[in-house]
Amino acid sequence: MPVESVKPLVALIAPLVGAALLVASRARPNLRETWSLLAAVTQCVTVFSMVAAVFAGDTLDSTLFSFMPEVALAFRVDALALLFAGTASALWVVSILYSIGYMRALGEQDQTRFYALFALALSATIGLAFSANLLTFYLFYEALTFITFGLVTHHKTAEALAAGRKYLAYHIGTSVAFLLPAIIWTYAASGTFTFERGGVLAGAGLSSTALIVLYFLFLGGVGKAAIMPLHAWLPAAMVAPVPVSALLHAVAVVNAGVFLAFRVILDVFGQDLMRELNLGAITLVVVSVTIVLASFHALRLDSLKAILAYSTIGQLSYMILGVALLSPRGMTGGAMHLAIHSISKITLFFCAGAIYVGTGRTNVSEMDGIGRRLPLVMAAFSVGALSIVGLPPMSGFWTKWYLLTGSLQARHIGVFVVLLLSTLLSAVYYLKVVRRAFFGSAEPGELERSAMAHVGSQAASANSERELARLRTPMDAGTREVPILVLIPTLAMAAAVIVLGIFPRPLLVLVARVFG
Amino acid sequence: MSLPEISAAEQIGFPILSVLIFFPIVSAVIATLVARDRLARQLLLSVAVVELVLAMILAVSFTPGTAAIQFAERTPWIATAGVGYHVGVDGISVLFVPLTAFVAVMVLLFSWNDVRLRPKSYFAALLALTGITIGIFAALDLVLFFVFWELVLVPSYLLLRLWGIGPQRAFAAVKYVMFMLVGSAPMLAGIVLLAVNHQTQTGRYSFDFLDLLTAPVPARLQILVFFFLAFGLAIKAPLFPFHTWLPTALMEGPVGIGMFLVGVKIGVYGFVRLPLPLVPDAAREWSWLMAVLGVVAILYGGLIALVQPNLRRLLAFASVSHVGLALLGVFSISTQGLQGALLLLLNLGIVSTGLLFLAGALHLRTGSSELSAFGGVARSAPLLGAFFFMIGLAAIGLPGTSGFPGEFLVLLGAFGAWRVLAAVAVLGVIIAAAYFLTYYQRAFLGSSAGQQPVPDLRVRETALAAALTILIFWIGLFPAPLLNVTSGSVQALVERVR
Repeated sequence: MPVESVKPLVALIAPLVGAALLVASRARPNLRETWSLLAAVTQCVTVFSMVAAVFAGDTLDSTLFSFMPEVALAFRVDALALLFAGTASALWVVSILYSIGYMRALGEQDQTRFYALFALALSATIGLAFSANLLTFYLFYEALTFITFGLVTHHKTAEALAAGRKYLAYHIGTSVAFLLPAIIWTYAASGTFTFERGGVLAGAGLSSTALIVLYFLFLGGVGKAAIMPLHAWLPAAMVAPVPVSALLHAVAVVNAGVFLAFRVILDVFGQDLMRELNLGAITLVVVSVTIVLASFHALRLDSLKAILAYSTIGQLSYMILGVALLSPRGMTGGAMHLAIHSISKITLFFCAGAIYVGTGRTNVSEMDGIGRRLPLVMAAFSVGALSIVGLPPMSGFWTKWYLLTGSLQARHIGVFVVLLLSTLLSAVYYLKVVRRAFFGSAEPGELERSAMAHVGSQAASANSERELARLRTPMDAGTREVPILVLIPTLAMAAAVIVLGIFPRPLLVLVARVFG
Repeated sequence: MSLPEISAAEQIGFPILSVLIFFPIVSAVIATLVARDRLARQLLLSVAVVELVLAMILAVSFTPGTAAIQFAERTPWIATAGVGYHVGVDGISVLFVPLTAFVAVMVLLFSWNDVRLRPKSYFAALLALTGITIGIFAALDLVLFFVFWELVLVPSYLLLRLWGIGPQRAFAAVKYVMFMLVGSAPMLAGIVLLAVNHQTQTGRYSFDFLDLLTAPVPARLQILVFFFLAFGLAIKAPLFPFHTWLPTALMEGPVGIGMFLVGVKIGVYGFVRLPLPLVPDAAREWSWLMAVLGVVAILYGGLIALVQPNLRRLLAFASVSHVGLALLGVFSISTQGLQGALLLLLNLGIVSTGLLFLAGALHLRTGSSELSAFGGVARSAPLLGAFFFMIGLAAIGLPGTSGFPGEFLVLLGAFGAWRVLAAVAVLGVIIAAAYFLTYYQRAFLGSSAGQQPVPDLRVRETALAAALTILIFWIGLFPAPLLNVTSGSVQALVERVR
């Protein structure tokens, strides 16, 4: 039952107020970060205060104003919206704590700009999560692109700008070329922009060919979900500081793409139409290809952040795969993976950042024995990795369980095989890191020799000499201690991965609400 | 179709449109007689501000949701030929009056201290241009319309010729006038043909817009008149391939005239005002051709802008592309498409003024509009960079800005009429994002090595840019009142053409 409420607006506006206040107090970093934190906590509390009503089967609605005749800028909080918004706002709080430790330890530039854009991004995220119609969604979806563009190009180096160009090209390109026409077409056919459970296109009078074309427009339009071949922006965006990667991979951006895919499948086309036109099966093929290719590609990478990026690409397709299975268990797995993957992946990114802050290393091949230097961080990393691989008692197990049983329930044996294969591959590339960290030999002499051999094969440029000097530093004489504000959020997230694995019930109840 | 008419006397108590038209023209003449330059400028600025306030009053007192002609005034002029002084506004024209006044205030404030040659004459010419342009939007007698249409050339020529900033300003001025004259000859022929037809149908000549609406026009004559009118309007708009005068004028002319030529698109307005209601059958029959030309213009203008290192040329070709989009909306002959086109024109007025103003600010600082002279402008001039970015987002139609509702409605309307053309037009939107964002990144975020730091915006300039930015987001988020204003007239027009 729809209930009018101002809560959606509070969650939307809190970050805006926070951004204004933190910019105003830019001269006093402690106060500035306090504002960030207050805004995040306000948003998080507001979002979670809506849980009870949604569990009871209500939706919370608020209409801001009429945008065009018959089209309002309107919000509606249902279970799916809450799943996404709850994940985003909770992880925002943790990200701020982590950012304080990370950004200060590295003496990063433009921190005020960073926190302000981060807050704006969360406002846009809540806006799109709560959107009641496609037009409202589109508004915030594009805003999110431009806000996060400012974060991706944070360092303003040539590399960062190149990544930013790619980022905009992929996001604006896909949303204008595919999503905008899809929205217009949907409106032209159905006469509405509103998301409605069961879909708005059934009975809109479109031929099945037209519907399939329209579906592919939508699928191309979810550029943020990084489905191949529209994924290249995600690895490129790694140039940004680690908290930005957390925002992209866990808090907001990629989830926004997946969320749109969910909305399109459930509330624009509707499950019946999806089945009737075999669109679920088509989607399964597309995302299965992405899952397999991304897993194989991750095997060949050495940069830890790149491995995580390709892992994300595969995992996002897991979520869409689950919902596209159109079987109850598959859909449960797909939807719950949005929250589970976010928590697991943010743990891994936090660890990558902690490793960088603590030792300055970014490549897996340099991480031999790093577990002895950073035991807590690497323990947290192992938890996150095992969760993504899908082992109990980590929460990722539940995703795997529901997806695997769901694929059997839907009689898609091919999908079952793809899931097993990608699990195997992810185990290989994640456990490689864990093995090196805890069992790799870190004799400085040996490391140096191998590095010498490597450098010697190239011309001894100034660059490689610097590289060598860095490698000569023994691991336990690392550049600095891992700040406490980096360590605590990392460990807290690892703990959350386990707790959610042991007590998945609240999440399962929420997800059950998503589907009826 | 016969439109009801509400007179100015009964609606507001004084002939507001005549004041809006002649007050600036007369003030311009008086100001040139004032000896002290600064005093003359102050006088002209206050006239422009009063003009803007009056125009706002006009827009606010306009009754939305009806197709009626409002604030009408009628005085016999050359009665035997059926020519009268007849002005009034409806939902199609009313918003252009405050837009024109707004552009005038912007131009005056922007060039307040920066005109070296006889500043007061420069301002006087601009103010005269304002009055004449409002005349075009208000005229409901086609002879009166044509008089204003041609009168525009006088101040425009002077502004291009005397205050141009390029070395070829004389050429640009002549090119502009020649193009306009070539276009206006067939237009006049079209208007005369309509009056003659009125005479054959009813026994008396009339150039009155409302009279002409009631006289049926034979099918063959409609086609002839349509192409006569469309040719003249296409040159003015300017529609590809008749656009070549615009880049020249923008490159060589002063910023002020550029804002008028790009910002106040009387050519596209003309398409909605004249051929659509007056020769509806021909307009409907040939709408596909105009839509195709529109889409070609979108792509052509966008692609040229994509490879343009000069900011002013880039803006000229962006304008060509935008005109194409607006025409696509107009000739989709749907309520959404037409309303979108009108909103788009309004947005373009605000946005082109803003971007030309910032391009002018850059020109003042670096002496150039070339990409090679820029680089890392945003580093030394963060405000300039930020405003350029925000106004640019409206130019490419980002949701939330004033560019979005218009563009969206145009695409919606076009989609209902021609699916394939609409799909191609979407490509133009992507190209627009590409040319703006790449230019922004290279000019503002690029390397500033070996370049003088660019001084940031001054207080006056910041205030102007901030006003524009607020307007952009205001219209972007609350377009509904504007759509209400246009809806009545647009619906009546669509019914007539269909």
